[in-house]
Amino acid sequence: MKRVNDIFGKDLKVLNIGLEQFCIDLKEQDVTAIQMDWRPPSGGDKEAADLLSALLG
Amino acid sequence: MIATKQLSEFEGVTDAVILMGSDLNKEVLTRTGLLTPESEAAVCEDLIIAVKAETQEAIDKAMAAVDGLLNQHGSGDDGEEYMPKSFDSAMKAVTGLNFCIISVPGKYAKGEAMKALKNDMHVLLFSDNVTKEEELELKTYARDNGLLLMGPDCGTAMINNVPLGFANKVRKGNIGMVGAAGTGMQEVMVLIHKLGGGISQAIGTGGRDLSLEIGGITMLQGIEALNNDPETKVIVVISKPPAEEISDKILTYIKENVKKPTVINFIGGDKSKVEAAGKEAASTLEEAAIKAVKLAEVPCCSKYSRENDDELTALAAEQAKLIKPGQKYLRGLYSGGTLCYESMLVLRDYIGDVYSNTPLNKKMKLADANVMQENSCVDYGDDKFTVGRAHPMIDTTLREEEFVKEIEKEDVAVILLDVVIGYGTHKDPAGVFAKKIKQAKEKMEKKGIYIPIICYICGTEEDPQNWAFQKATLEEAGAIVVSSNAKASKLAGMIMKAL
Amino acid sequence: MDRKLANEEALKRLQDSEPYLVGAGIALDVVPGMKKNLILHAGPPITWDKMCGPMQGAVIGALIYEGMAKDEASARKLAASGEIEFEPNHHHQSVCPMAGIMSASMPVFIMENKKYGNFSYTNMNEGLGKCLRFGAFSDAVVERLHWMTDVMYPLIKEALEMSDGIDWKALVIQSLQMGDDNHNRNRAATALFVKYIGQYLCKVNGDKEKIAKVFEFINGNEHFAINITMAMCKAITDAAHNIPGSTIVTTMSRNGVEFGIRVSGLGDEWFTAPANTPIGLFFPGFTQEDSNPDIGDSCITETTGIGGFAMAAAPAIVQFVGGTYKDAVSYTKEMYEITRAENKNFKIPTFDFRGTPTGIDIVKVLETGILPRINTGMAHKDPGVGQVGAGLVTAPMDCFKKAARYMVEKGLNK
Repeated sequence: MKRVNDIFGKDLKVLNIGLEQFCIDLKEQDVTAIQMDWRPPSGGDKEAADLLSALLG
Repeated sequence: MIATKQLSEFEGVTDAVILMGSDLNKEVLTRTGLLTPESEAAVCEDLIIAVKAETQEAIDKAMAAVDGLLNQHGSGDDGEEYMPKSFDSAMKAVTGLNFCIISVPGKYAKGEAMKALKNDMHVLLFSDNVTKEEELELKTYARDNGLLLMGPDCGTAMINNVPLGFANKVRKGNIGMVGAAGTGMQEVMVLIHKLGGGISQAIGTGGRDLSLEIGGITMLQGIEALNNDPETKVIVVISKPPAEEISDKILTYIKENVKKPTVINFIGGDKSKVEAAGKEAASTLEEAAIKAVKLAEVPCCSKYSRENDDELTALAAEQAKLIKPGQKYLRGLYSGGTLCYESMLVLRDYIGDVYSNTPLNKKMKLADANVMQENSCVDYGDDKFTVGRAHPMIDTTLREEEFVKEIEKEDVAVILLDVVIGYGTHKDPAGVFAKKIKQAKEKMEKKGIYIPIICYICGTEEDPQNWAFQKATLEEAGAIVVSSNAKASKLAGMIMKAL
Repeated sequence: MDRKLANEEALKRLQDSEPYLVGAGIALDVVPGMKKNLILHAGPPITWDKMCGPMQGAVIGALIYEGMAKDEASARKLAASGEIEFEPNHHHQSVCPMAGIMSASMPVFIMENKKYGNFSYTNMNEGLGKCLRFGAFSDAVVERLHWMTDVMYPLIKEALEMSDGIDWKALVIQSLQMGDDNHNRNRAATALFVKYIGQYLCKVNGDKEKIAKVFEFINGNEHFAINITMAMCKAITDAAHNIPGSTIVTTMSRNGVEFGIRVSGLGDEWFTAPANTPIGLFFPGFTQEDSNPDIGDSCITETTGIGGFAMAAAPAIVQFVGGTYKDAVSYTKEMYEITRAENKNFKIPTFDFRGTPTGIDIVKVLETGILPRINTGMAHKDPGVGQVGAGLVTAPMDCFKKAARYMVEKGLNK
C-alpha cells in the first residue's frame, strides 16, 4: 500500500499546469520540471466534454 | 545501425546485425558467418535481424528487445522547449513524474487534479474556486491511494527541501510542518530558518481542509506522515481556528498517535485544548517558530535582530509623537491572507476589531472591499480579488494603487504592509513599494504630514530577492521594517494606542 | 467490448499491413459493385443536385468520356435524370483525389494488402491544371482521358504484371525521407515509381513512341503517385476497419460540400459536417474567394499517418502553404496528442526518426479539442479552372461529436 512517506527523500519530478513561473523557479533550482501547454478540456467545448464522458461511461 | 550496435551489446550475444535483405548485405552476412537459409531467401525490402549468441536464452532476450530498439527515437529536440499538451505526452516526455502543481482556472481544476492523482502524482492545487464536493472527492481519492492533495487554494509547500508554489528557500532540518494557512506556513518557515532551525517537510492542506465537510483529511495525512518520518523530530501544525468538532478530531488523533514534540498554532484559538492534548500551544506564528526551534534543540541563532518589547514600546512612543491629531486610522494592506488574519488578532488587543474583507468579527465586514473605513485591514489575496487577476504576491499593481490612495488621506495614522518574497512571487516587491513610498513621502512632507509605514518582509537571504536587500531598499525609502508579522502589528497597535 | 484492445488491433493493422501495387484494370471489370451507369465520387454520399461546381463538372466530363452524353447540356440532363447512380468511392474500396470521379470505363490501379488479403483501387492521375478532377470537361480533357485508357493503361498494366508488384509502403517510407509528405508533395514518390516501373515499361510489347509518351506523361506530373499512395492508405485503413469497440478513425474524406469520417468500431456509418475551406497560399491571380471548400478522398493519407501528419518531414511543403518550418514542427507535434501510435514504418528524420502520429482516436479529439490537420490542394470553386493554391484545413469537430453520440446511442461503447 502506497504511503505519503514514500515521496520523502525521493527526487521530485514535477509537472506544472498553469502559472509558468512555478516551473521556471523549479528549473532554476535544478529540479526536474516540465510545463504543460494546457488548454481547457475539449478545447473548452462543453458539448464535446459531455459526449466524451458519455462515451467513456 | 544504432539498433545493431545496441543488440550486439546484449549479454551473451557474440554477434548481431540488423540490415535490409539486399544482395550486398547478404554478402556481409556470408562474410560474418551470419547467413542462414532464411535470410538467403529474403528480398531487398525485407529486414533481416541476425543474432549469434552463446545460449538460446540470450537469443530470445535479444529478439524480444528488437522491436523497442528499432522504434526508439531521440527527444526530437528542435531546440525549443517542448511543452506537452496532455498528461499522456507529459509522462512520455519525463518518466517518473511524481508531482503536479496545478494553477488553472477553478472550474477546470478538479478535472486536472484527478488526472494527476490517477497518474500517481502528489498534487499542489493552487487553484481556488473549487467546490467543496470536488475537494472532498479529490481528497478521498488521494487518501485512499497514499497521495497528497494539497489544496485547493494552497499556494505553499516544501517537499524534500524543494520550495513549491509560493515558498521560501530555507535550511533543511528536523522540523516538519502541516498547515492550512499558506503565508502562515511561510512565516513560520522563515522564522525557524532565521532562528537557526530547518524544515524537513512542509505540507499544505488548503484553507478549507479543516471545515466540517472535509474533516481535515489532508491535515491528518500530513500529521501521520510527519509522525512516521525519521527525519522529523518536531511537528508544527498551523491553521486558523477550526470548527470545534474538527479541532477535537485533530487533537484527539495527535494525543493518541503522536509522541513527537508538537507545536500547534490555531491562530487565535483556544490554547487550553492543545495543552490538554499534551502539546505546545502558540498564539502567534512567531511564537510557534520560537517554540519549535526550542523543542528541536537548535542552538539559538542571534544572527537576526529581533526587537524586544521595550524597544517596540520606545519606538511606538517616538512614532506617535510625529502623528498629528487629525490622523485617526490604521490601514493594513496585505498580500498574505494568514498574515492579515494574524495581524488583526494582534491589533485586537490594542484597537479592538478592525474592518476587513475577511474580518474576525462578521459585523466588521467592509461593504466594499475597495473602500476602507475607519481601522481596516484588507487581504488582497482573497478569492474575490483574484478572479481574472493574478495574486497580489505576483502582481503588485492593485495594492500599489490602494497604497497610494491611503497614504494621501489626511485621516490615516499608520499603514501596515506585508512584503512576501521567495519563489513564485514578484521579482522585487520592496523596490516597487519603496518607489511609491518615496513619492508619497515627498507629497506628505509638503503637507506637513507624517504617516509611519510599517513593513514586514516575509523571506530569507536565500530567496531570489534576498531578504537583506529588500529590507535595505524599504528602509532607505523611509519605511520601518520589523522582524516578524506579529511584531509589525504589535508596533502598529502600540502606536495607535499611544495616539 | 474492450476499447483499448480493439484500438490496439486497429493500430496493429494500420502499421503491419503490406500494400503492394500489383496491377491495373478497367473499373467495370475490377472494382467491386461497379456498373455502367454508376459514377463514383469523393467524400461521403451526396446527390447530384447538392454537388459543388468542380464535382458536377467532373461528372459531366465523365459522362461525355463514357459516350453517354455529347455535351454539357445533355450530360447535366442525364445526371439529373435519375438514370445515373452516384456513390462514394469508399463504398467500393476506392479512393480518388479532388472531385474523385470514377466511371466504368476508366483504368484503375489495383493495390493488394498482402497481409490481410483486401484490395483497393484508384484512378490514374491526369496531370496538373485543367483536369477532370478539378471539374474540367473540355474536349482536351476528354481526349486525354481516352489516351490514358487506350494507350497508357495497357502499357502500365503489362509493366506491372511483369513485376512482382511494387511494395508501396517501402516506397513511401523512402519518399518521406526525401522530403515528401505524400499528400501535397509527391515528387519523390513519383520519381521512385518511375524508377521501379521503368525497368518493366521498357520491356513491354508496345510502340517505342507510345512508351516514351507514357514516361513523358508521368515525368511531367509530380503528383502522379498521389493516387497510388491514396490507394495504399485505403488498403491499410480498410484492414483496420470494422473492429468492434474501436474508436480509431478509418476514413476521412470530403465531397466539396461535406466532410465525412468513419470509425473502425462504428461500421459503415458516415459522420458528416459542412467542410471547412483551406487557408493557405494562392497561385498568382487567385484569392481566398476563389477557393472551393475542402474536397477529395486524399485525406486518407492523414488518416494513415502521412500527409499533414508528416509535415515536419516535408519542410518544403509548409512554405508552400504559407508557413514556416517551426509551424510544420508544431502542427505535427500537435497531432501526437490525438493519435494512439507512433508509426513503426513512417519516420520523421528531423524528429530523430520518431514515427509519425498514427491512428486518430475520436476520444482524444474530444478530450483535447485538437482537430486533425490536413495539408491539401485547393480547387477553384468554378468547374474546370483547376488548382488555385494549397493550404491547411482541419476536420470539423461536429464529425467527431456525431460519431461519439452515435456510439453512445447504439451502445457500441459497452
